[in-house]
Amino acid sequence: MSFVWTIAEHHAGRLREVALEVLGRGRPLADALGTRLAAVVIGHGITEQDTGRLIAHGADEVYVVDDPRLADFRCESYSGVLAHLIRTWSPEIVLAAATTSGRTLMPHLAIRVHAGLTADCTELAIEPDTGNLLQTRPAIGGNIMATIKTPRHRPQMATVRPHASRPPQPDPDRSGRVIAVPMDTQLEACLDDRTQVLGYRTDAADFANLEDADVVVTGGRGLKRKENFALLEELASRLGGEIGATREAVDRGWIGYPHQVGLSGKTISPRVYIGAGASGSIQHLAGIKTSERIVSINLDPDAPLHRVADVAVVGDLFEVVPALIAELDRRRGAARSGD
Amino acid sequence: MRIVVPVKQVPATDAVTMDPETGTMVRSAAASVINPLDLYALEAALRLRDSSGDGDVVALTMGPPPAEAVLREAVSLGCDRGILLSDTRFGGADTWATSRVLAAAIERLKPIDLVITGERATDGDTAQVGPGIAAWLDIPLATYVAHVTGVDGAAATVTVERLVEDGYQIVRLSTPALLTVVKEIAPLRLPTLDGVMRARRAEFERWGAVDLAVPAEELGLKGSPTRVVNIATPQVTREGETIDAGDEAGVAQAAVRIADLLEDAGVVR
Repeated sequence: MSFVWTIAEHHAGRLREVALEVLGRGRPLADALGTRLAAVVIGHGITEQDTGRLIAHGADEVYVVDDPRLADFRCESYSGVLAHLIRTWSPEIVLAAATTSGRTLMPHLAIRVHAGLTADCTELAIEPDTGNLLQTRPAIGGNIMATIKTPRHRPQMATVRPHASRPPQPDPDRSGRVIAVPMDTQLEACLDDRTQVLGYRTDAADFANLEDADVVVTGGRGLKRKENFALLEELASRLGGEIGATREAVDRGWIGYPHQVGLSGKTISPRVYIGAGASGSIQHLAGIKTSERIVSINLDPDAPLHRVADVAVVGDLFEVVPALIAELDRRRGAARSGD
Repeated sequence: MRIVVPVKQVPATDAVTMDPETGTMVRSAAASVINPLDLYALEAALRLRDSSGDGDVVALTMGPPPAEAVLREAVSLGCDRGILLSDTRFGGADTWATSRVLAAAIERLKPIDLVITGERATDGDTAQVGPGIAAWLDIPLATYVAHVTGVDGAAATVTVERLVEDGYQIVRLSTPALLTVVKEIAPLRLPTLDGVMRARRAEFERWGAVDLAVPAEELGLKGSPTRVVNIATPQVTREGETIDAGDEAGVAQAAVRIADLLEDAGVVR
């Protein structure tokens, strides 16, 4: 029996990478408690390869609930199924990624099972004396870090910020048990058809998947004109990156809301965040603080973004960005000719 | 149609004090405003009411008496009614206990068609109260709603597009339902002169624990499963390097240094 559970997201027939990260967060907790770590996968078309990957990345047990009616994320049905599993197996801790699904499912589930929940944790640890889960998260726009625990209610639930940690190295020799949960009458009763998924629109113009991008190149007011986002796109294309924007740039109509980063936009943790002409308001910084590396390019030496940057360039983005593109191209050319 | 919009008062500034005993936020110390993201919930509700041709929008807020200010703001934008949920026993509530009280108040406003909330509040930043209310009320939930594409009164459904990581998920919910909306839902209106006058005269009902018939052990700090045990102010400054790109050599140095960082991070294609 596993007492630390992780929710492994499965979407459109595929296991989401973030599932592996959450396992990485759960493993040290299970070890500290001397218990087993589980991954719970709900979806349709869950393969042996999926469960194998979860085991290789640290799961001792994988609970699989596979049904065509669970192919798409629908909060009520997923929450119902999980509430049933939690009542059956009584885990101590349940972790999920703070994705759009995780941040929808977990608060719904916390009510159903009367549990405490902490959102968007950046650190998790076990309190030595009590075995309680210590959950640390940024609040008030990242200006404070609050540590929260749930002393009396079980399970202790938390969402963890995606991409704030690397997935663990897989060990193909690890062994684990797969538990196929049958769709019995009790689970059938958890399905809720009041929500119907009609489809997806993934070809929207002016869309950006900032949450999953390794690199986000963000433009702010310093770009001066809508058309100048093209310069950032040129840079982003060389890094497989996406384009982010400050609230000011979005409010000016230069670029669409799916690009907005910050307190009223998306919270991101890319490997590299590059801010060009983005001054770094407190609200904006709240959305980028857990980026692995931060680069700031701004004419204003006092721009707040400079203060949180690993590399702060006080200069004109219209000079620095083209020079950077040229430097990247020069290096790539050099590498090619060296082959 | 009846639409209920729970709104929250948040600190206007980033200066917020913490009660060192309980670790909960002390709100009275800082000037307060309506949570900026709740304005989009109000906007969505007002548009739906106006296009349906009848019905009302009821704003709810839980907080001490001064929180009435956010109800006044909601009325100035066009809401029909505001209700203050205020009781000393509500204090120190986490998202579990907050959604418990808000859901109990919405129960009293039935029959309802929709509950619309902001995506999250800019102070707590949990995005947990909206989904929590849906769970208490046992009504369908759609979060991160960017567009409402259809409202079918006869069939009692609403069709929305949810902004998710890789695009928009299109879902149809039977109503009553709860939507949490993002900024993309609609541009905001400004208060009208008429609205401001109405808001000035408006009086708000006040409901407490007795009115809502919520057991005392489910209220406030006592009813909250979570406890804040420590508050720390993180070091915001990184030990970064600064490059002055004021001249050609500086620009070249900056380009080299950023390219090094990108290569080191393994992101160069």
